[in-house]
Amino acid sequence: MTPADFQTVLPEVILALAAMAALLFGAFAGKDDRATLITWAIAILFAGTALWIGLNGTGSRSAFGGMFTDDPFARFAKVTILLSAAAVLVMTQDYMSRRGLLRFEYPILITLSVIGMMMMVSAGDLMSLYMGLELQSLALYVVASLRRDSAKSTEAGLKYFVLGALSSGLLLYGASLTYGFAGTTLFSGILSTLGDGVPLGLLFGLVFMISGLAFKVSAAPFHMWTPDVYEGSPTPITAFFATAPKVAAMALIARLTFDAFGTIPAQWGQVIAALSVISMFLGAIAAIGQKDIKRLMAYSSIAHMGYALMGLAAGTAGGVQAMLVYMAIYVTMNVGTFAFILSVERDGHPVTDIAALNMLSKKEPLKAGAMLFLLFSLAGVPPFVGFFGKFYVLKAAVDAGLTWLAVAGAVASVIGAFYYLRIVFYMYFGKETEGVESRMAPVQWVMLMGAAAIMLLGIINLFGIDPAAAIAAESLVR
Amino acid sequence: MENVLSIIIFIPLVAAAVLALFLRGNDAASARNAKWVALLATTATFLVSLVVLTGFDPANTGMQFLEDYTWILGLHYKMGVDGISVLFVMLTTFLMPITILACWPVETRVKEYMIAFLVLEALMIGVFTALDLVLFYLFFEAGLIPMFLIIGIWGGKERIYAAFKFFLYTFLGSVLMLVAMIAMYVDAGTTDMVKLLTHDFGHDTISVLGFSIVGGLQTLLFLAFFASFAVKMPMWPVHTWLPDAHVQAPTAGSVILAAIMLKMGGYGFLRFSLPMFPVGADLLTPLVFWMSAIAIVYTSLVALVQQDMKKLIAYSSVAHMGYVTMGIFAANQQGVDGAIFQMLSHGFISGALFLCVGVIYDRMHTRDIDAYGGLVNRMPGYALIFMFFTMANVGLPGTSGFVGEFLTLMGIFQVNTWIAAIATSGVILSASYALWLYRRVVFGDLIKESLKTITDMTGREKLIFAPLVAMTLLLGVYPSLVTDLIGPSVTALVADYHAALPAVAEVADAAHAATN
Repeated sequence: MTPADFQTVLPEVILALAAMAALLFGAFAGKDDRATLITWAIAILFAGTALWIGLNGTGSRSAFGGMFTDDPFARFAKVTILLSAAAVLVMTQDYMSRRGLLRFEYPILITLSVIGMMMMVSAGDLMSLYMGLELQSLALYVVASLRRDSAKSTEAGLKYFVLGALSSGLLLYGASLTYGFAGTTLFSGILSTLGDGVPLGLLFGLVFMISGLAFKVSAAPFHMWTPDVYEGSPTPITAFFATAPKVAAMALIARLTFDAFGTIPAQWGQVIAALSVISMFLGAIAAIGQKDIKRLMAYSSIAHMGYALMGLAAGTAGGVQAMLVYMAIYVTMNVGTFAFILSVERDGHPVTDIAALNMLSKKEPLKAGAMLFLLFSLAGVPPFVGFFGKFYVLKAAVDAGLTWLAVAGAVASVIGAFYYLRIVFYMYFGKETEGVESRMAPVQWVMLMGAAAIMLLGIINLFGIDPAAAIAAESLVR
Repeated sequence: MENVLSIIIFIPLVAAAVLALFLRGNDAASARNAKWVALLATTATFLVSLVVLTGFDPANTGMQFLEDYTWILGLHYKMGVDGISVLFVMLTTFLMPITILACWPVETRVKEYMIAFLVLEALMIGVFTALDLVLFYLFFEAGLIPMFLIIGIWGGKERIYAAFKFFLYTFLGSVLMLVAMIAMYVDAGTTDMVKLLTHDFGHDTISVLGFSIVGGLQTLLFLAFFASFAVKMPMWPVHTWLPDAHVQAPTAGSVILAAIMLKMGGYGFLRFSLPMFPVGADLLTPLVFWMSAIAIVYTSLVALVQQDMKKLIAYSSVAHMGYVTMGIFAANQQGVDGAIFQMLSHGFISGALFLCVGVIYDRMHTRDIDAYGGLVNRMPGYALIFMFFTMANVGLPGTSGFVGEFLTLMGIFQVNTWIAAIATSGVILSASYALWLYRRVVFGDLIKESLKTITDMTGREKLIFAPLVAMTLLLGVYPSLVTDLIGPSVTALVADYHAALPAVAEVADAAHAATN
């Protein structure tokens, strides 16, 4: 390791050291009563790292012989991942500690998975890709079953692990095929071999790898684990699943397709377009019948991944920019929505039944109003920011000649609007039944209101993420 | 006052924000305050909008009161009005204070109700003034949210079904328009509507999925916009959301829906479909004509058999909108003048008719025609007002309803005599359903026990109707108030449209040659 390499991976190293220090501190300092402190410290570290990466990073450089890339694309994804992870950590701390779930391992496992995600978005080689992915996944398998005494949580963890292992297997198989036909695991090396024609085996490798990664973003038809894991895991964990890992996996797909297969967008573009259209429709239609808000959010995230994939399917810099903007907006909306879901409870027990929200608008007009903004934004109805996310990806698709995909996405968004409206229906038009308690930690309140305010105020200039995403996309699509 | 359009959009928005943030409490006092704030804000908006009307130069056919700021993604915040849109802005600002006054009896969740109307007003003005495609779409779509809530929260028994149907129906139409707008953006490289008006969209025959599309891109774009505007208008056969929405909406919601929101469809045809895709429009004109003719006759017949007063008026709205689409696509001076006139006049008349229903609904809590009869005995003032607007709805000369119908019929007669003949029969049909409704509700003996104690209109209710009566009469006897204002812009629109038409014969010939 040269000093330059070390410089490049410094943020990851710092986070890894922090995780280990926190582990030692937690183990020696009387276990779980210090968990709150560790959670906040790590969240602040995340936010600080995000600021540092976002403000300080310039240009593109790579380390370890090309295995690790640090470019504007990676930095954009890392900032999104770190900020959303920090937000989820602080807003879930109250929920976890009141239910005795806040063990000191929780923030540490989250940190490890975040390091894995940062590796993923910076991967420049099939090996580092796999290492990052597994580091992320293993930590997540554990947190999914954090509530050991609950059969559902254990089931969620096990299900996630088994299906995740299957997807890792697919990915590894694809990677080995790719290695066999390209003779190298370096992305840049694979790209240079494509000049002499594309062997069929390499295409198979590509498809297997995309399938493996589609598991991670929960794109249909590889989405089967999502509703069960979302429902079974403790809600804070679900909130985390819905945000940072999605960004990382989506960025990783972009990284792999453009860095390693960038000269043949026609080959992978159609695969991704197919994933996109299936995800949008499956997410929209399957969510209609859901009664549990966490399952509903699972299908909602499947549909949203479909839209983000639409940007990638375009295979252009504009498409990648659209995908990045979409993911940033998606993460913000989900942080706000989960802050709300975390606060819904009755007699101290969390309630996830949608019908329990009946007439919430009368009891809690402000909370219901903020949720209204978020729901219409999730549905992609103007003037909320969610609409601009959809607008970006639709425009990228039409720009790239994928008008059919844009039309399909537009139609799916109408179907999808129905189930978001159903939640509005319960909150605003429903009958008055046994209400829910409105206990809400201040941090959750801030996150919910902040996200709702962003949905409305963001239409002025999207808080400047638009040019940042453009620079990031330029660095990836050469 | 160069930002006057933004000012009239932001007055209601600021008032809504003030209500949302600073008005506390659920008691009668806070409800009254909310109503007064809303009334003041809408009145102020109307007064400021008079600046637009007085400063407007009819001879200038371009956009006036322009505002232009850059926005994200190469979009612009661009506003302006021309002869076609200025009167719709005025219609909106004029009707809003009346609507707010009509909300006075509402007692449930008043603050939210007022916020919804204020936001809705801002969005509707935005639709008529936006000069950027995406900005237009933003206003056009966002209006669904407050209306969805108005129907869903304050509506009648079947309000949930009606609200969902309203939202999803119109949303489906609009997303296709969004894709078409993106395609226009990609084709022309701009979303500036002023530039798009002069951009030539391709009209060479293209092949999609094996079908060859005569008129090419223009036909496709026209159809996508048509999907949205025809639903909004609404045209037969996509009108079915309207009766449900109208019946379930609260009185003020029905007024806004009928008087202003339906006009967005007609405005869209005039702003986008005709000038931007003339070839596509001309190729599909026969379709529009027949849809309009069917709408006029069929929905009039349906109106005849309705039991619910609001439903009857809703069907009559669909029929009257049939005249509008027919006039627009006749694409001559009389037709387009008449269509705009008909939209304005329908704004006053249908709004007033829904208010008439609201007056007796507030007293009896039923809209069933059979529950009434002989109202003239106890409510002479009401009988007079209702009579006046029934006659205006029928199109009695001297009221604004006549001018609009006559001009559109004259316009269509020059283009297609058959359609004109069918549409004229609608005049008779509208007389039969409207007069029959009036007879059943107002005349006869007052035999129903429940009606024996009904009271005549209050001062507030009379105040609401006064401006509407004045406008209906004024435009009826002095129509050139409107036509002078819109005339030059309409002339320019029609001239541009016809200038682009020789291309139609070309593409049609080419298509024939290809098939032979």
